[in-house]
Amino acid sequence: MNGRRPHRSLWLLLVPYVGLLWVPFYNTRAPELWGFPFFYWYQLIWVPITAALTWLVYRGLRHDD
Amino acid sequence: MTTDIDVTALAIFIAFFVLVTVMGFIAARWRRPQTLARLDEWGLGGRQFGTWITWFLVGGDFYTAYTVIAVPALVYAVGAYGFFALPYTIIVYPFVFAVMPVLWRVAKENGYITAADVVHGRYGSRPLELAVAVTGVIATMPYIALQLVGMAAVFRAIGLVGELPLVTAFVVLAIYTYSSGLRAPALIAFVKDIMIYIAVIAAVAIIPSRLGGYAAVFAAADAAFQAKGSGGILLAPNQFLPYATLALGSALAAFMYPHTLTGIFASAGANTIRKNAILLPAYTLLLGLLALLGYMGHAAGLTLSSNNDVVPVLFKTLFPSWFAGFAFAAIAIGALVPAAVMSIGAANLFTRNFWKAYVNPEISHAGEAQVAKITSLAVKVGALLATLYLPTQFALDLQLLGGLWILQTFPALVFGLFVEWFCAPALLAGWVAGFVGGTWLAWSDGLKPLHTLSFAGVTFSLYVGLLALAINLAVAAIVNAGLRLGRRRTEILTSPQSR
Repeated sequence: MNGRRPHRSLWLLLVPYVGLLWVPFYNTRAPELWGFPFFYWYQLIWVPITAALTWLVYRGLRHDD
Repeated sequence: MTTDIDVTALAIFIAFFVLVTVMGFIAARWRRPQTLARLDEWGLGGRQFGTWITWFLVGGDFYTAYTVIAVPALVYAVGAYGFFALPYTIIVYPFVFAVMPVLWRVAKENGYITAADVVHGRYGSRPLELAVAVTGVIATMPYIALQLVGMAAVFRAIGLVGELPLVTAFVVLAIYTYSSGLRAPALIAFVKDIMIYIAVIAAVAIIPSRLGGYAAVFAAADAAFQAKGSGGILLAPNQFLPYATLALGSALAAFMYPHTLTGIFASAGANTIRKNAILLPAYTLLLGLLALLGYMGHAAGLTLSSNNDVVPVLFKTLFPSWFAGFAFAAIAIGALVPAAVMSIGAANLFTRNFWKAYVNPEISHAGEAQVAKITSLAVKVGALLATLYLPTQFALDLQLLGGLWILQTFPALVFGLFVEWFCAPALLAGWVAGFVGGTWLAWSDGLKPLHTLSFAGVTFSLYVGLLALAINLAVAAIVNAGLRLGRRRTEILTSPQSR
């Protein structure tokens, strides 16, 4: 290992786990969006959110190197 | 469902198949190496695939034909529960971002080709290396067979019956993989993924509009589940933990498989992998929309002989013939890419971590490539024979177990990249506990993915693979602590300073 401390922005990578593994939170129909029950559009929206969070961490790491 | 051959669809299908076959053969010349007679050239394409090639390869390899067929089939059958593939393929990417670049660097600096190479390099333990290698091979085999199941579903929809189409496709695949190695599926992945994107985007845009819009689709599915009395478009409370644990367990296992790791090792750099962790989720968006095809099957009022037919029949019913042929070609080709990479991954493991380790340690680079080529061929033949002569349920059962098994290699592969604490015997003990214990639990449940536990009067079910990993970790930690304690005592007692 290179002995460097992990970058503080790595915590952002845990956010999707919190968002998606607490299932009771999103297991509802309402509010609907374009005909999609909440259960579906909530999970789908985590795709771009997760990509954005990962990108933020990537930028943070790049400035470190 | 008719069994007449749909000539237009078949013609388009064959045209695309011929296209990718030609590409498979010319792939040997793509990014031409000095020689293909080296395992890192044949088996890893020279470790030079940049961001976009990696995106197409890993995407094409991770989102398989079986995925396209089976996820909507499960959603059609049980509803919301089948959607766990969506959170699974979201949360996998932060993990890939954090871990895989480190793994890549270790592999590149030391010339490692496989997960077992990394483990052996880190711990120096032949037993642990063998455990990881054997697990990788046996977990991959049923997965290849299931790609054939996906292809067979598509062949049925076109009206091609019998074994000949499947055998032909596979023979062709075997030949160009033999000659070109990983370059073949990497090149074909471009075609395959573009086709899949077009087919799925068209499907999720056009089909709902022909069924009355998404609200109508959800309502129809809801009604169908109410009428059936099981399943639903939301989860039942006793499904919350299964859903979450299936998602988490699958995410942790996904990049432990030889085929996904091969895509990682073949990358040009650590940043290639990081960028892909940001970009690959595009496929997940597609998968989420694709899963909804399961509900569209209800809205379209299909009658199916098998749940696996929902996607092929939906395409056949609601697309014009030529586009259905295109979509079917996308799915069938979508079986070739992962099948090729899976066979290469298994071959790399066998060559490095069994043949070179135990049979011929002095093997040359050309020798390694040759052993791998033959192994990859044998693996494909084995999968084909299994698909033709064994019941599909067998492949499904083995696939379930394979997921559980490969998850047990997680501690051995990942921990050593970040912490010094664990030693090989402890990890091996953990692997044995997880592998044997998990298999026994799954077996005693009749090979179902969920195991039920009772605690303080509360019963709950969770994914048995994750449970096995927990057992694995517990045993590894206990054994490790015990061994460290023992070692510390021995050091103190035998230290020259002890008085």
